[in-house]
Amino acid sequence: MSATDGTGPLLEVEGVSVRFGALLALSRVSLAVGHGEILAIIGPNGAGKTTLLNVISGFYHPYEGRIRFAGRDRTHLKPYDVAGLGIARTFQNVALFKGMTVLDNIMTGRIIKARGNLLLEALYWGPAMSQELRHRAFVERIIDFLEIEAIRKTPAGRLPYGLQKRVELGRALAAEPELLLLDEPMAGMNVEEKEDMCRFILDVNDEFDTTIVLVEHDMSVVMDISDRVVVLDYGRKITEGPPSEVRTDQTVIDAYLGVPHAS
Amino acid sequence: MDVLYGLVTPFRDIAGSPAFFVEVLIGGVAAGLMYSLVALGFVLIFKASGVFNFAQGVMVLFAALTLVGLMERGVPVVLALGLTVLVMILLAFAIERVVLRPLVNQEHIILFMATIGLTFFLEGFGEMLWGSNVKRLDVGIPDESFMVAGVLVNRLELTAALTAAILVAVLAVFFHGTRIGRALRAVADDHEAALSIGIPLKTIWVIVWSVAGGVAIVAGIMWGAKSGVQFSLSLIALKSLPVLILGGFTSVPGAIAGGLIIGVGEKIGEVYWGPLVGGAIENWFAYGLALVFLLFRPQGLFGEKIIERV
Repeated sequence: MSATDGTGPLLEVEGVSVRFGALLALSRVSLAVGHGEILAIIGPNGAGKTTLLNVISGFYHPYEGRIRFAGRDRTHLKPYDVAGLGIARTFQNVALFKGMTVLDNIMTGRIIKARGNLLLEALYWGPAMSQELRHRAFVERIIDFLEIEAIRKTPAGRLPYGLQKRVELGRALAAEPELLLLDEPMAGMNVEEKEDMCRFILDVNDEFDTTIVLVEHDMSVVMDISDRVVVLDYGRKITEGPPSEVRTDQTVIDAYLGVPHAS
Repeated sequence: MDVLYGLVTPFRDIAGSPAFFVEVLIGGVAAGLMYSLVALGFVLIFKASGVFNFAQGVMVLFAALTLVGLMERGVPVVLALGLTVLVMILLAFAIERVVLRPLVNQEHIILFMATIGLTFFLEGFGEMLWGSNVKRLDVGIPDESFMVAGVLVNRLELTAALTAAILVAVLAVFFHGTRIGRALRAVADDHEAALSIGIPLKTIWVIVWSVAGGVAIVAGIMWGAKSGVQFSLSLIALKSLPVLILGGFTSVPGAIAGGLIIGVGEKIGEVYWGPLVGGAIENWFAYGLALVFLLFRPQGLFGEKIIERV
């Protein structure tokens, strides 16, 4: 299998199943994501795409199968431990801290990066202060990168949806993740906003060398930006491959057009 | 005509004796800060966990009882204070484990009901441990007055006011300038998102209930020194509800401002306009004001306005 020397895949999902009562949401799904790759997960509604992201980020735990990250088993970790390992995510229905400003929201992403004396920090003094300033500088870079300087002091809850998604991406980036999970980053956006978002995702992948797994419905987006595509249907992986192949795959077309299942 | 006369004459009295007016004002500020101290505990927990902690008042009582109980058994003041802090921190751990953790992701109303249960438990538990008679709390600050420029000032009230001011300054910095403060606000806003960026919910809850416990100790000492440690102490929680409505449930400065407005308002009302309606203004002033606020500004003076997009 993989080694910890960075040559193996960054993330391996092996035969993972998730059950909600009688409903089998995921059934023995396996996939591997290499370093620096952009992997898209597609499939019809209810195929288990978000469930898969939730398993990877520790919100759900599989009843069978394993998840390895950077060569180490982490199947049963809690969400905040997963964050500590270098996996950040966004949510399908934006989960920003609505009462806090854009700047504060992105600053919360630095929480796991900060170490030090709590008391000094509470007094905002000494090393804690310089640490706060360093984090602040990093967050300003993200704000520049995402072109949201104009709204940095605006409470997140007052922003239009498209911008909220962008801020949420910023908060995830603030943690300097190795792996970024994006749950429908383009949902509810207009064409221009989608183009911007595509550019940001590609730039993040390029500049920070961040590995990205995204769930998306917009096929043209998926075909444009992903290196590889995994197709889920009824909790099963039906195929995977480069976008050009998946596009013409008969099982995928069937899944989307609703041909009765032979199995 | 008589009513009008009664309404206006107090202004003449105020102008006639400014020193006395200042004394009333100071009395009001002191009482108001005491309300604020209790309200602060509510705000802290509400901000960080979205739980309206009905048990805050009884936590004040419990802290004071523990302190007095230990001192009665011959424990020196400083040690007793340290032990009380420890007890409140242990209480925070216990509450997180027994009450909050099993109820995570439940409706707010259910958590609220749980804190009502907590209220009864703590009241009974406190009584079982320390007995139910009224106890005197002497922390070494004499309840006596001295004159400053012709105005009578109470030493105990002054100490309480200063303590409250320092506490508020520390908490305000704690909540706004620091990583923990941001983590607390993040947890209050969205549990799931907070988890996803690496904030351990349990740790945050224990911290915030411990801090609220600490605030309860301060409030317990101040109230206990003033009027003795007795079970009616838990009822001051009721008086801090209007303070919260005035100041906004999510605002630390709001809790202070609300307490001051109510403290000063009810004292001045009682002293100057009390005779007009036969007294007892102090008893209803706070609730009347809260009612007006609920009608015209339900988020309070400093609370975050909640805008839901449909």
